Amino acid sequence: MELKKFIENFASQFDETEASVFNADTVFKSLDEWSSLMALSIMAMVDEEYNVSIKGNDIKNSKTMEDLYNVIKSKL
Amino acid sequence: MYNPFSLEGKTILVTGASSGIGRAAAIECSKMGATVVITGRNKERLDETYLQLHGEGHIQLVADLKEEESISYIIDNVPVLDGCVNNAGITVTLPTSFINKDALNNVLQVNTISPILLTQSLVKNKKIKNGGSIVFTCSTSGVYNAVVGNAIYSASKGAINGFMKNAALDLAAKNIRVNAVSPGMIHTNILESGIISEEQLKEDMKKYPLKRYGEPEEVAYAMIYLLSDASKWITGSNLLIDGGLTLL
Ligand SMILES: NC(=O)c1ccc[n+]([C@@H]2O[C@H](COP(=O)([O-])OP(=O)(O)OC[C@H]3O[C@@H](n4cnc5c(N)ncnc54)[C@H](OP(=O)(O)O)[C@@H]3O)[C@@H](O)[C@H]2O)c1
Repeated sequence: MELKKFIENFASQFDETEASVFNADTVFKSLDEWSSLMALSIMAMVDEEYNVSIKGNDIKNSKTMEDLYNVIKSKL
Repeated sequence: MYNPFSLEGKTILVTGASSGIGRAAAIECSKMGATVVITGRNKERLDETYLQLHGEGHIQLVADLKEEESISYIIDNVPVLDGCVNNAGITVTLPTSFINKDALNNVLQVNTISPILLTQSLVKNKKIKNGGSIVFTCSTSGVYNAVVGNAIYSASKGAINGFMKNAALDLAAKNIRVNAVSPGMIHTNILESGIISEEQLKEDMKKYPLKRYGEPEEVAYAMIYLLSDASKWITGSNLLIDGGLTLL
């Protein structure tokens, strides 16, 4: 699993937010387009792409993209 | 004692009786005097329900409603019934663009197809008495409202609502009544997948006019009403039990 690819997969769930906004340090929950539906979409994307189930709390406890990436990596 | 809601002398089948709403339904029906036939997949949890039943003569049947043979197993082992609670159900949270065939088949099989086929088989095999009552556990979701990420589940319950109404019409000729209950969020294991965090659940509860989620017994009481002779002239209805949520 690669951080760059993860960021791409994450960014592709968004429609309004430019892909360039997303990097390892992005505090994703403060983005305007973040919502409960987006959280569910991220969980579903992670399940599809990495075969890893993340929970609501994993998202809650991650601040940056890299934090979430590390959670997923630890479950691979 | 005068009690039009009594289930004394009635035999009632409850599916999904090993947990949550089904467990409460089985226990409360037994307290109202019914003999119950309880079914679920998990033997230990079904035993736990069995031990809490009041009175004698209850039956337990371990069966997985994902397997087609389970229906004939249940039919072969139930006595003639006065009532049936089609309650076993599962959920999945997937935004619409992530729906996949496996997840869809899985939920529809347990929530929609099996309850329909079980009802069909009970009637065909004359396992429901004239004057009997069938109750489905529907949901607010898919009938009265929608919840983000809940499309598959809503489809499964919306379909059951449609089936319930049509079966009510067809079975009226046999004087068998068919109704449903539609609970809002109820405290059961179904909430414990962790997809929704505890904090989100607490926030969500505040949206209810009555400021909390429901308890399994609060759904069971409505089922008892629909199973009892007190509701003898009610068929094809879907009773909302949602702490006022859908008023908003
Ligand atoms: N809780 C809510 O907020 C809520 C709201 C609206 C509607 N509902 C509906 O209420 C019903 C009961 O749900 P609950 O909240 O009580 O959930 P629960 O505590 O998870 O119980 C579900 C029950 O369904 C049984 N079941 C699941 N898959 C089965 C299968 N393949 N074969 C046989 N039995 C199976 C389970 O049996 P085992 O454990 O033995 O497998 C268990 O007894 C469901 O139809 C659900 O959709 C719930």
